[in-house]
Amino acid sequence: MLFYLYSQSIVLVRYNQITWNMKILVCISNVPDTTAKISFTDGDTKFNKTGVQYIIGPYDDYALARAVELKEQSGGTITVLNVGTADAEPQIRKALAIGADDAIRVDAEPEDSFFVAEQIAHIARQNAYDLILMGRESIDFNSGVVHGLVGEMLGIPSYSPVMKLDIEGGKASFTREIDGGKEYLEAELPLVLGCQEPIAEWKIPNMRGIMTARTKPLQVVPPVATEELVVLEKFELPPAKGACKMIPAEEAETLIGLLRTEAKVL
Amino acid sequence: MSVLVFLETEKGIIKKTSQEAIAYGAALAAQTGGTVTALAVGEADAAELARAGNFGAAKVLHAADARLNQENSLAYATALVEAVKATGSSVVVLAKSGLGDAIAARSAARLRASLVSGATELPETGSGFRVKRSIYSGKAFATVEMKGAVKIIAIRKNISLDVPVTDTSAEVEAFSPAIQDQDFRAVVTGTEKASADISLTDADIIVSGGRGMKGPEHWQPLLDLAQALGAATGCSKPVSDLDWRPHHEHIGQTGLKVAPNLYIACGISGAIQHLAGVNGSKCIVVINKDPEAPFFKVADYGIVGDVFEVLPRLTAAVKAGK
Repeated sequence: MLFYLYSQSIVLVRYNQITWNMKILVCISNVPDTTAKISFTDGDTKFNKTGVQYIIGPYDDYALARAVELKEQSGGTITVLNVGTADAEPQIRKALAIGADDAIRVDAEPEDSFFVAEQIAHIARQNAYDLILMGRESIDFNSGVVHGLVGEMLGIPSYSPVMKLDIEGGKASFTREIDGGKEYLEAELPLVLGCQEPIAEWKIPNMRGIMTARTKPLQVVPPVATEELVVLEKFELPPAKGACKMIPAEEAETLIGLLRTEAKVL
Repeated sequence: MSVLVFLETEKGIIKKTSQEAIAYGAALAAQTGGTVTALAVGEADAAELARAGNFGAAKVLHAADARLNQENSLAYATALVEAVKATGSSVVVLAKSGLGDAIAARSAARLRASLVSGATELPETGSGFRVKRSIYSGKAFATVEMKGAVKIIAIRKNISLDVPVTDTSAEVEAFSPAIQDQDFRAVVTGTEKASADISLTDADIIVSGGRGMKGPEHWQPLLDLAQALGAATGCSKPVSDLDWRPHHEHIGQTGLKVAPNLYIACGISGAIQHLAGVNGSKCIVVINKDPEAPFFKVADYGIVGDVFEVLPRLTAAVKAGK
């Protein structure tokens, strides 16, 4: 009988929220605000940062918000990771102010998904995170492949875009958006997930968060060397759009004819 | 270069985006001297798969393992990697989508391949291998050099390719990749799919509504026009946030990015975040009562007026023209 009680308590302790210290890694991108004017310099080889406001990638911000909620519910730690230059530090501090415990910046220009994924996988191998969250894509290059690359590099499942996520006793249940609908999944941790709304509401740092963020550890590490697989050569802007042809509302029917004969899209 | 294309079907038919991927692969193979093989996974009709030949595939490898019937990017990547090795392909082409990107990513990590998602043109293969891709949600392009021995390209929908459709059939061959149990560590406990609707990402025509539609009970005129045109329906972010329409219809920066031939925006002002989701469209029509709506600046045709008066007139004109 005594033995029975003893073994029961072990089971309880195993999933006790205090002893099971979930380690979450949230990867954030540092990107131009969605309304930023896009232009290039240096013979169209560099993005023109002049006057551009930078933000935490909106999808990454959702991932961070959900990580903070999970931590509030069940404890654990959140490390925020950015592969980027020193320009990203205000956004990293913001992530710390929102609720991450510490931060790592891999000091490199994030120009290729494979390169970025190798940096994330390298950090992850050293720290055994239970959950790796990031946005479904960064809004600068829109590739949406980093979570899949990291998952494969670490040999663990990766799913995206995740719009709902719950963790209980080392198991994740989550909802993914698929073409024209939703898919419900369950999986043991560890996992890599690319997140999108409405997984959580974006969080705005409060004063206390901002104050404590100043002293939270932010470690800067050099990138690991990888082979050059994709090299960025030049940028260009799309050709200017022609004028919009206006049709009076009372002649709305004529639009259908124009779409058939002029635009040839019907 | 031998090219492998990942082929997707929807309701038994080769998806339009996959037809484009095969045509892209065929043009690239023609440019560099090589053939195109397509890989199909899960249950599929052999006669339909043979139709991949119409778009330029010489052969279709069909991995009919029943475990592949349910969408699973991990298992699909395992099959793709085996197909790359079996065919000695040096280029892989997929249609860009959540699924396409996930398969591309897992495969690229395994093959240590160069990976580009969002290609908008055929590669230049004169010296080196360069491809143009969309960045900043279609607000700019980047030309990148792909240096890996294997190159994986996810192409944007509706990119201009003048590839003739023939009546050639592809040879369909059974393919049995060693699917791994570890690809099924996540268990799908359910799916919810609006099967009656036309898939937004595959649609040639999309009719989309914004807050100017004034409420979910007023959607009928928009649905009527969509039905007359055989179009899919979409919406702006505020509309999905207000639950007027389901979230999977949300088009924009943080929703779906679409590239139909024709996009008809009804009562959408055209915030930059919405435009980021539609700027791959060939032709944009904007109907809005506010002549200052920013959407008119990027539109091809505009009507300033009340959507509830304009929409029924358009529907009637479509029906009259048939």
